[in-house]
Amino acid sequence: MDKTAETTGVLSGAAATRTDGHEIKVAASNVSVFYGEKQALFDVTIDIPGRQVMAFIGPSGCGKSTFLRCINRMNDTIDICSVTGTIEIDGANIYDPKIDPVLLRARVGMVFQKPNPFPKSIYDNICYGPRIHGKARAGSEMDEIVEVSLKRAGLWNEVKDRLKEPGTGLSGGQQQRLCIARAIAVNPEVILMDEPCSALDPIATARIEELIDELRERYTIVIVTHSMQQAARVSQRAAFFHLGRLVEEGETDLIFTNPSDQRTQDYITGRFG
Amino acid sequence: MSATTLLAIVLALSLIGYLWGRANAGALKRAGQGMHSIPAYHGYFVALSCGVPAFLLVLIWLAAQNTIIDSIVLAGLPSYVTDGVESSRMSLIASEIKGIAGGRIFGTPDQALIDAAERYNALRGIASLGMAVCALALAIGGMIYARSRLSPEFRARNRVDNIIRWGLIVCSILAILTTLGIILSLVIESLAFFARVPVFSFLFGLEWSPQTPMRADQVAAAGAFGAVPVFWGTIFISAIAMFVALPVGLFSAIYLVEYANHRVRSVVKPLLEILAGIPTIVYGFFAILTVAPMIREFGISMGLSVASNSALAAGSVMGIMLIPFISSFADDAISAVPQSMRDGSYALGATKAETIRQVLLPAALPGIVGGVLLAVSRAIGETMIVVMAAGLTATLTANPLEGVTTVTVQIVTLLIGDTEFDSPKTLAAFGLGLVLFISTLALNIVALQVVKRYRERYE
Ligand SMILES: Nc1ncnc2c1ncn2[C@@H]1O[C@H](COP(=O)(O)OP(=O)(O)OP(=O)(O)O)[C@@H](O)[C@H]1O
Ligand SMILES: [Mg+2]
Repeated sequence: MDKTAETTGVLSGAAATRTDGHEIKVAASNVSVFYGEKQALFDVTIDIPGRQVMAFIGPSGCGKSTFLRCINRMNDTIDICSVTGTIEIDGANIYDPKIDPVLLRARVGMVFQKPNPFPKSIYDNICYGPRIHGKARAGSEMDEIVEVSLKRAGLWNEVKDRLKEPGTGLSGGQQQRLCIARAIAVNPEVILMDEPCSALDPIATARIEELIDELRERYTIVIVTHSMQQAARVSQRAAFFHLGRLVEEGETDLIFTNPSDQRTQDYITGRFG
Repeated sequence: MSATTLLAIVLALSLIGYLWGRANAGALKRAGQGMHSIPAYHGYFVALSCGVPAFLLVLIWLAAQNTIIDSIVLAGLPSYVTDGVESSRMSLIASEIKGIAGGRIFGTPDQALIDAAERYNALRGIASLGMAVCALALAIGGMIYARSRLSPEFRARNRVDNIIRWGLIVCSILAILTTLGIILSLVIESLAFFARVPVFSFLFGLEWSPQTPMRADQVAAAGAFGAVPVFWGTIFISAIAMFVALPVGLFSAIYLVEYANHRVRSVVKPLLEILAGIPTIVYGFFAILTVAPMIREFGISMGLSVASNSALAAGSVMGIMLIPFISSFADDAISAVPQSMRDGSYALGATKAETIRQVLLPAALPGIVGGVLLAVSRAIGETMIVVMAAGLTATLTANPLEGVTTVTVQIVTLLIGDTEFDSPKTLAAFGLGLVLFISTLALNIVALQVVKRYRERYE
């Protein structure tokens, strides 16, 4: 199967442009998610602009992770989960039956709450993705992908002499950057991060936040976070979820200084959640 | 009084002791005393003090009684019976006396033996009376002693705990001692064998035909005890078994963990467990009645000559037996790989098969290897299937359609029939057993080590 043809097929939709110059990368409309009988997400409609950081905030259990996992169709791996509505990336609906979720996930990378490097060497962790997608041949081509990915993830200097050692032997913060490098290695367009710093100390967290800020130049980033400060520091736009609904969405500065909904106000001032 | 009645009485006394102790402690408690232990513990303490010593006494008494009585009776025999008699003959005399005492008289025994039999009966009577008196005295004494200790401060709870702990220690020591005893007897018999057949020619000899002359004048081959063909048969059949069991077991585990939905899993898993519960003798039937004829007919239709007891038939049925073993180990190992590994792989755009091959199997490998090693050691030690379905002649061949024999089959055939327990032929069985034991033990140790290491990895 010709993977590039398939991929360009996905890309061929017309992308809408916003007035502020950032084109819309991901456009979700009326997305609802059900776990069996239970509805976890209600009619979420949101536009996510490209090359910016979008933060999802909201109390625990409100459906942030659920929505994030819709964007790369990770919810498909849960048997009881079903999704309705449409999500368009660059104007093409990713829930179209013609779309192969496996190829989609190469374009929409994901970083998880707990660092989850494979029990393989650092090198093999990075080239896992490129190898299965046939993006590079083993040898110098692969070496270069590994080096570039690790450099972009800000990990190269720390691990360049120990690429053959197991990725599980790194510190928690390094492991998380390894997972980011692993996601970058397949050259995705969008990177989803589900509370990427919640298992890390403040210094490792600051390191990852810097990294997110740098990555914004090349990738569209969606990050779920429980830390208001983190959302304020790294994101340009923010969306507040509550009880499975999107309450409001807008520029981060506005959401934090002048929210239009009382629930958002209550949450960011720490009155509930 | 028989020992059974005696033990029943001791048991009844203990029960009475329990009720008595509990009632007394209960009375103290109702009288407003602050008790250290609840009344039931005082009851247990009285019961245990009454029952345990008496019970142990009966056991020891019974164990010692026979040898003591025997030696008294034999010592009392007139010198014309015992003079110049060797010890093995002496035990024959003792059993003859016991026979007479029990009323089984053949021919006309010597008067001295009849007298001895009477003395034997008298001694037994005294002994059992003595045992009853001592045991009851000990039981009642223990009960009264325990009752006298009963007071509000008495730590019956801790005492009972201690007694139970000792009980547990004794049980585990018994288990270990029995194992050691078995190993020791195996080693001793094997040493007797290796005194006749050199270790080197046993371990490396290429010919196995354990027929030795039964009588000195008999014309027969001297017997060859080269164990290589026998061990080769075991290894060969085990290899065939693993060849069947490994892929089927592993793939069914992968299917069950990664692909099957809940409904399929809840049907297939119990079915596999049924397979594990089938007695091996039934597999043996299956091998000789179904599989062996099938293979033979198929072989003949292909123009091949197939032995009626082919290694292939025995090995493949043994493999079927091992499928649930391997699949349950592989199932555990694969399920133990954290979900986050799967998520990480899927999120990079890997398919299910890629995820299984490149992430799950490598991560689960130690567990799977451990399971496989345990399965191999079971295959090596398996007896019933091969006794029924493998051949008897020790051939050194790599053709699975020929018959081979295995270590366990040889042990069985060496030990059945009219055998003298000190000919090299029977002793060879112990030599084989010892080597088999050492090799499966080594495999098990390695396997458990591997399994343990993989457990540590994810916990
Ligand atoms: N695999 C699942 N099966 C069934 N229900 C689920 C599953 N995953 C999530 N849910 C339910 O969906 C709802 C939203 O969960 P979700 O994980 O999206 O919340 P969240 O906003 O990410 O919370 P948190 O901040 O604690 O991570 C919850 O009520 C949860 O119980
Ligand atoms: Mg979440």
